[in-house]
Amino acid sequence: MKDRLIVSGSPHIYTRESVSRIMWTVVVSLIPAGIAGVIIFGWDALWITLAAVGAAVSTELIFELAAGKKITVLDGSAVITGILLAFNLPAGVPLWLPVIGAVVSMVVGKLLFGGLGQNIFNPALVGRVFLMASWPKYMTTFTRPFCDTVASATPLAALKEGKVLEHIPYWDLFIGNHGGCIGEVCILALLIGAAILFIKGYISWQIPVTYIVTTGLFMYVFGGNGFFKGDWLFHILSGGLILGAFFMATDYVATPLTAKGQIIFGVGCGVLTAVIRIWGGYPEGVSYAILMMNAATPFIDRYTKNRIYGSK
Amino acid sequence: MKSLVKEFTKGIIRENPTFVLVLGLCPTLAVSVSVANGIGMGVAATFVLLGSSMIVSLVKNFIPDKIRIPCFIVVIATFVTITELCLKAYSPVLDRALGIYVPLIVVNCIVLGRAEAFACKNNLASSFFDGLGMGVGFTLALVIISAIREFLGTGQVLGHTLIKGFEPPFVFGMPSGALLVIGLLLGLFNLIKDRKR
Repeated sequence: MKDRLIVSGSPHIYTRESVSRIMWTVVVSLIPAGIAGVIIFGWDALWITLAAVGAAVSTELIFELAAGKKITVLDGSAVITGILLAFNLPAGVPLWLPVIGAVVSMVVGKLLFGGLGQNIFNPALVGRVFLMASWPKYMTTFTRPFCDTVASATPLAALKEGKVLEHIPYWDLFIGNHGGCIGEVCILALLIGAAILFIKGYISWQIPVTYIVTTGLFMYVFGGNGFFKGDWLFHILSGGLILGAFFMATDYVATPLTAKGQIIFGVGCGVLTAVIRIWGGYPEGVSYAILMMNAATPFIDRYTKNRIYGSK
Repeated sequence: MKSLVKEFTKGIIRENPTFVLVLGLCPTLAVSVSVANGIGMGVAATFVLLGSSMIVSLVKNFIPDKIRIPCFIVVIATFVTITELCLKAYSPVLDRALGIYVPLIVVNCIVLGRAEAFACKNNLASSFFDGLGMGVGFTLALVIISAIREFLGTGQVLGHTLIKGFEPPFVFGMPSGALLVIGLLLGLFNLIKDRKR
């Protein structure tokens, strides 16, 4: 009886959620897109993903052993970084590419900042942008779905080069029957994974919805010949927008804390993505848009701080 | 004599202008693409540093305090002009590679910083060794950074290919790669300093 009367400090109500539980759920939610990638691009997609995950986890393990830090490889965040990095690579890259990308992701993007919770940028995107700037030859050679080794441009790259598009049906864009990165092509599988995260309440609607809507709207207004003639559905369904909006722009660490801040973040990502797609040098701008908004996150947080009840 | 040696060596490691004082990053970021450029920039800056430190320390008693910065700039600009004309005359290739960054030595924080913080308070001999040490430290830092960047960005050092079949990551030849290398080296230096303590 006596020990039940002890009053401890708050919090008094616990939830069973924990960082590692959330992280492993995100891993599970990425599996449909991975399966779709393997079906579309063949076993290469699986090997690339495994190489990236293996490199990310072993980098974290070795770094933490060497630095004498707590071993955190089992919380699943390194696994997510590996998977997301691999999902952002074309299926035809040599296997050392995901390995180097994963090492850069973990060391430069995460561990040097102090590990999970301290990183200012999304680690997977840091790795991807590093690879993109280092080996553009590999990063822009995409394989055609359902057959090996035939190079094909992504729909966005074809659009950028001003080629006349053989019109890809929206349905093909939706199920992933076109050139692209491993994890970004099958919108259907990505939405299944995103639904898991929504149902569990792990991601809120603010960032993904505002991101996608802003990109679509901007594309509709400025993306065509003349105003209000852009093909907004094409731009939402192609490239890495869906993968980025649901799985990378919703990173807990590098995005704003408040709902208001998250809306600003989503709109900013959307505008930047559309601007890069229309006027930028690259055909796709999702990773750069998210990284730039990651950099702006501390400022967004400062100006959208919630008012403490009773204060001015 | 001992103090002169100390003035000379402090610029190389203990007060290295790039890694410890974090001065003059603009030219460091821009010209550290290849070792040859790095050495050229380092030598040019060292010459300016030596000349301006000596002159400033000689005339320090005649410069009114209120207008000392413009006076320093005039002295520095003179030596930069000498350097630039010599480069143009004797090494046009290097001059083209370094481009705008040779005239920009005028506003290099290391040069102005040494004039303001050291030469205008010390005698000729110590100013000479201070300038020389700082120049050597700057050159050394440039060589380290540019060697890493040239090797990783092109697979070569001073034009010699080191490893065959190495596919260099282009990013190290770009400005973003310069920031990455300098950031990591700064971190490494701080880590070593912390361990020593």
